[in-house]
Amino acid sequence: MTAVAIAPEWVPVCDYADLTPERGVAALIDGDQIALFRLADGSLRAVGNRDPFSGAYVLARGIVGSRGSSPTVASPMLKHVFDLNSGRSFDDATIRLPTYPVRVADGRVQVGWSRA
Amino acid sequence: MVAHRLVSALAERGYPGPITVLAEEDRPAYDRVNLTAWFDAGADELALPPIAADVHLDDPVVSIDRDNQVVRTISGRTVSYDTLVLATGSRPFVPPIDGRDARGCFVYRTIDDLEAIQIWAAGARAGVVIGGGLLGLEAANALQRLGLATSVVEIADRLMPLQVDDGGGQLLRRHVEGLGVRVHTGHPAARVDTDPDGTVSGLTLADGTRIEADLVVFAAGVRPRDELARACGLAVGERGGIVVDDTGRTTDPNVYAIGECARIADQVHALIAPGYAMAEVVADRLTGSPAVFPGADTSTKLKLLGVDVASFGDAFARTPGALDLVYADPVAGVYGKLVVTDDARRLLGGVLVGDASAYPVLRALANSDEPLPERPAELILPERNDSAPRELPDAAQVCSCQNVSKGLLCKAICDDGCTTLPELKATTTAGTACGSCLPLVKQILTTELTRAGVAVSRALCEHFEQSRVELFDIVRIRGIATFSQLIAEHGRGRGCDICKPAVASMLASLGGGHVLDGERAALQDTNDHVLANLQRNGSYSVVPRVPGGEITPQKLIVLGEVAQEFGLYTKITGGQRIDLFGARLEQLPAIWRRLVDAGFESGHAYGKALRTVKSCVGNTWCRFGVQDSVGLAIALELRYRGFRAPHKVKGGVSGCARECAEAQAKDFGVIATETGWNLYVGGNGGFKPRHAELFARDLDVDTLVRYLDRFLMFYVRTADRLQRTASWIEAMDGGIDYLRRVIVDDELGLAAELDAAMQRHVDGYSDEWRAVLDDPDKLRRYVSFVNAPDTPDPSITFVDERGQIRPTRALEVVRG
Repeated sequence: MTAVAIAPEWVPVCDYADLTPERGVAALIDGDQIALFRLADGSLRAVGNRDPFSGAYVLARGIVGSRGSSPTVASPMLKHVFDLNSGRSFDDATIRLPTYPVRVADGRVQVGWSRA
Repeated sequence: MVAHRLVSALAERGYPGPITVLAEEDRPAYDRVNLTAWFDAGADELALPPIAADVHLDDPVVSIDRDNQVVRTISGRTVSYDTLVLATGSRPFVPPIDGRDARGCFVYRTIDDLEAIQIWAAGARAGVVIGGGLLGLEAANALQRLGLATSVVEIADRLMPLQVDDGGGQLLRRHVEGLGVRVHTGHPAARVDTDPDGTVSGLTLADGTRIEADLVVFAAGVRPRDELARACGLAVGERGGIVVDDTGRTTDPNVYAIGECARIADQVHALIAPGYAMAEVVADRLTGSPAVFPGADTSTKLKLLGVDVASFGDAFARTPGALDLVYADPVAGVYGKLVVTDDARRLLGGVLVGDASAYPVLRALANSDEPLPERPAELILPERNDSAPRELPDAAQVCSCQNVSKGLLCKAICDDGCTTLPELKATTTAGTACGSCLPLVKQILTTELTRAGVAVSRALCEHFEQSRVELFDIVRIRGIATFSQLIAEHGRGRGCDICKPAVASMLASLGGGHVLDGERAALQDTNDHVLANLQRNGSYSVVPRVPGGEITPQKLIVLGEVAQEFGLYTKITGGQRIDLFGARLEQLPAIWRRLVDAGFESGHAYGKALRTVKSCVGNTWCRFGVQDSVGLAIALELRYRGFRAPHKVKGGVSGCARECAEAQAKDFGVIATETGWNLYVGGNGGFKPRHAELFARDLDVDTLVRYLDRFLMFYVRTADRLQRTASWIEAMDGGIDYLRRVIVDDELGLAAELDAAMQRHVDGYSDEWRAVLDDPDKLRRYVSFVNAPDTPDPSITFVDERGQIRPTRALEVVRG
């Protein structure tokens, strides 16, 4: 099999104004769940909504914060903390959330999505 | 207990041979010193660590053949021995009076005895204890807590004649009578009166006094169980007890005797510390060390009916030339006596009644050659200086039950790295028997750690160097209203799941307003953020408030209808309400709408907040109840609903001493008395259960509420993050006595402030669910997906179990 690089399609999700600073929302794209966060500086991050430790789709409901210089989210299930830049788990180096590109265009938030 | 100790001590010394234990009781050895704890906590509370021996329960030895070195048991088992150790203990002494075998007469020695007393007490009204010593007062305490009108009969002219002197005895009597126990001294019991059917109806004393009672407990001392030794020809004392030398050996070199059955230096000791000391000596001897019995430390300290009593060393000034220093304050209910050498240089012993906090230090001083301070009386005066443990010599014995010196404790702290009390107890065994030395052990731990420069960081998290208490004061005094301001001025970074909810809780405790107002919403844990409890599959549970557990049939029907309509799983909670599980985020407002319309409100099950005030049915219905516990529970729950704290807070109200509401397992518990309410604080179920301590007695409702207001507000101000009231009080310097001084005596001058803070809370309360339903902005967060608000979360699925839903587990077929 050959890997094919596909340029992401920008999928509109919501208005930027719908997002609360330092809080997340869940979005559903092609049956997949995305957790979308607006940070204190106004920038956005998108990662998978599934908490790999518990298997529950809840990361969008976690508390946003920082660890050192990295923005973080703490899973509300068992409080595992993830780096919102890299998706990396601070508790288990082998675990990494999927991360997605995200941008704002004309006040709309768009997630970069690779349709298979 | 003593045999158990011997086996442990042999194991510690690497004793190579097999050990057989033949026991009379049908349960493993248990902690008889704390026997009374069985009423509260059951047999598990008394369990001792397992031992490595071949143990045969319920199979007592009936004969000893010393020539052939064989013992035979009641079941016919024969066991041969190289060395035999008798640890047969003692039996309660029952004076030979008429009626002593009547139905309703008991002794106070074993768990079986306590079980029998508890059963009989359920149908009894009044009890009398024969014996006003240590055990007798313990038994009286138990009878009173079982709800009986209780009397104590002591043949001597004061209570605890073996431990305290006349002055201490008088004060003790005043305390005990003040607690409602009737005391008769100076006359022996003459006969147990009985009904025609042979059950107890009362007790008549030698002077003709008649005491109505339907339960009698004999606690008039013990007698050594030396019958096996007598039967096989070993020497026994004239007044009983197997005669042993200072190594614990009987007149047969292959047979030892230890504990209460032994007569050592012509004394029989019915206390645990000398018994343990004998076990250690025999363990040394059997493993080839030349130990001898060091003499008995007959010091005792106990809390009887809430009164501290301690006696140590030469309490009766029997040493030639000894001097007494007495401090007595009958108003404050405190009595202290020090016995010192004729030159006032050394402490020989003493008696403390009412306040025994100086006991660990004084006992250690009496057991050492340390010189006394210039003015020895300062050691027992109320305003004493507690720096004494620093000056204790390393040789001073801190724990006399386990024979642990201060030097050994210091070594465990400095060399073995013990930094907590549990570690230190596990490493040294100090404080693991009677526990009376624990305050001193803790003090030594703190002193040594400070000296070693070990500082435990109290920083809340990486974003704040301050502790929760310090941050609370900053927020309160500076009037900070937002997390952003606090972290900008006093912290660093952007916060985390530790500091954000902690600060949100402080803002809620201080300022009122809705927990989801403005920036505060983003600080909340998901439970507080959506006002429901997150469950393992991402769904939530909903718990409406049911104050005091009282609910109308109509409201019950509504709960059933809501559960049915939304397909929820229902479960009765431990706090006497109904939890509705399996709600999706987007269903929550619709569920609340139904509940709020029916008169329900949020139960704050999701918050670090006041949860429930559990109650029994009280005197409205119960034929035993003495007060309206449901009414009070409802009033308290409504007063404190919505109150946010460092951790969850639970209450309970029982309508009589039977305590059906389990109030003593709560952060605050209230138990009805004939004349008012007793208040208990600091109880805890959960991970580390703890019984609440009695805070104040016979309060009227206004005083009770005032104390509770202050208790809760002081807790909010001074507890660490996620610290329940139990560990808060345990960690408090001065413990519950200090708390009493703050709340009752207003020692810190805070009372008015605390009262006002609680009044603000009460006035500012509103239902958090209704506030969301009335606010379209807050309602916006109750959607499954921001881009598909009407699509239910496909990851939340259920299967059926016992007629209800439960979350689907991995690999299970999803319900269609």
